[in-house]
Amino acid sequence: MRSLISILDLSVEEIAELLEVAEDIIANPKKYSEICHGKKLATLFFEPSTRTRLSFEAAMMELGGNCLGFSEAQSSSASKGETVADTTRVVSCYADIIAMRHPKEGAPLVASMYSTVPVINAGDGGHNHPTQTLTDLLTIKRKKGKLTDFTIGFCGDLKFGRTVHSLIQALSRYENVKVVLISPDELKLPSYIKKDVLQKNNIEYVQTDNLEKVLPELDVLYMTRVQKERFLSEEEYIRLRDSYILTKAKLKNAKEDLSILHPLPRVNEISTDVDSDSRACYFEQVLNGKYVRMALILKLLEITVD
Amino acid sequence: MHIDSIKEGIVLDHITAGNAMKIYNLLGLDKLECTVAIIKNVPSKKVGKKDIIKIDSNFDVNLEILGYVDPGTTIDIIHDSKLVEKKHVDLPDTLHGVIKCKNPRCITSVESNLEQVFTLTDRDNKVYRCIYCEAKA
Ligand SMILES: [Zn+2]
Repeated sequence: MRSLISILDLSVEEIAELLEVAEDIIANPKKYSEICHGKKLATLFFEPSTRTRLSFEAAMMELGGNCLGFSEAQSSSASKGETVADTTRVVSCYADIIAMRHPKEGAPLVASMYSTVPVINAGDGGHNHPTQTLTDLLTIKRKKGKLTDFTIGFCGDLKFGRTVHSLIQALSRYENVKVVLISPDELKLPSYIKKDVLQKNNIEYVQTDNLEKVLPELDVLYMTRVQKERFLSEEEYIRLRDSYILTKAKLKNAKEDLSILHPLPRVNEISTDVDSDSRACYFEQVLNGKYVRMALILKLLEITVD
Repeated sequence: MHIDSIKEGIVLDHITAGNAMKIYNLLGLDKLECTVAIIKNVPSKKVGKKDIIKIDSNFDVNLEILGYVDPGTTIDIIHDSKLVEKKHVDLPDTLHGVIKCKNPRCITSVESNLEQVFTLTDRDNKVYRCIYCEAKA
């Protein structure tokens, strides 16, 4: 029995397999519509994340399975002081697979140590969120046809953005991926990731604070939210925020086949006039999230389709 | 200075000078009933000065603790007044219940019943990371 706690738990070959299954689900949805009949997914969300929970539940339903669970700690026995280990042991008796979201880092790993069914980490604090990374990888794969030989720009909050950190980690295992880091000085990628991931894997990267200047070089642009609470002053926030907003006008010199990704929710960092541009992929990305979760559920339940 | 040699027991040798008391406490030697000798600042050809601990019983040394605190230490096992085995201590691959995670966002910060486990992720720089949150020790 396997669980998925960190994206690095999966080998490059396993990721390729998962993306292949996801693409087959997209092409032949009927083939998969009853495959999990009688199976139950438990979504144990110790902090609310409606988007991620719905994605998991929709994934299980589209496979013909059912869902049960809770969407915040108050409605679970955690509010009575039950440990993650005990909650997991109990839920293992009811469900065939668990998706867990928890505000504390490492909680899903603890769950996987005590569970008798597979556990999927659906986000543990600022630590890991492997199904978001799988979603990003599937989106890039479907847009570019491959996960090698392209230039990706990460823009916005690269310091606290865990989706950025794990996608960089995941991409560091593919050939000839160039990375452009676009952020204000205050929100630069932490040096340990530059050292332990980029430099260690000989990934070519540049750092800049100018989005417009590097935009023409990019094949993929990964936008993130710049959060107000990261700044010392309101003026500073407003000054920096506006230089990291993607608008239709800024896209003028970008490549025709650029793919714009965003883990969502967005606030104002991508202006709505970009939504109708064929290069905007962030809503497609949401859909891909459901498909890749379907593929992951099948893999962990060890269900295969011919 | 003369210290009686032991018939049955162990000698922790080549302890970095100044570390003996720390190791004595961390290994829980204060709880032993047998004779324990702490010898500090023993002249050593190799390193100038070292500490030695002699324990007059077949005490089961926690190698994780000793390896983490002082990886250069050697353990001499004495039987019938003879040295029967010499063990070299090295940095352990994992630490169970030796150190605590300091990350306030770690699950271990709210669930104290969880065993604290760290793994050695970078031997050259002696970096241990919490298995739950991956924070550095
Ligand atoms: Zn920790």
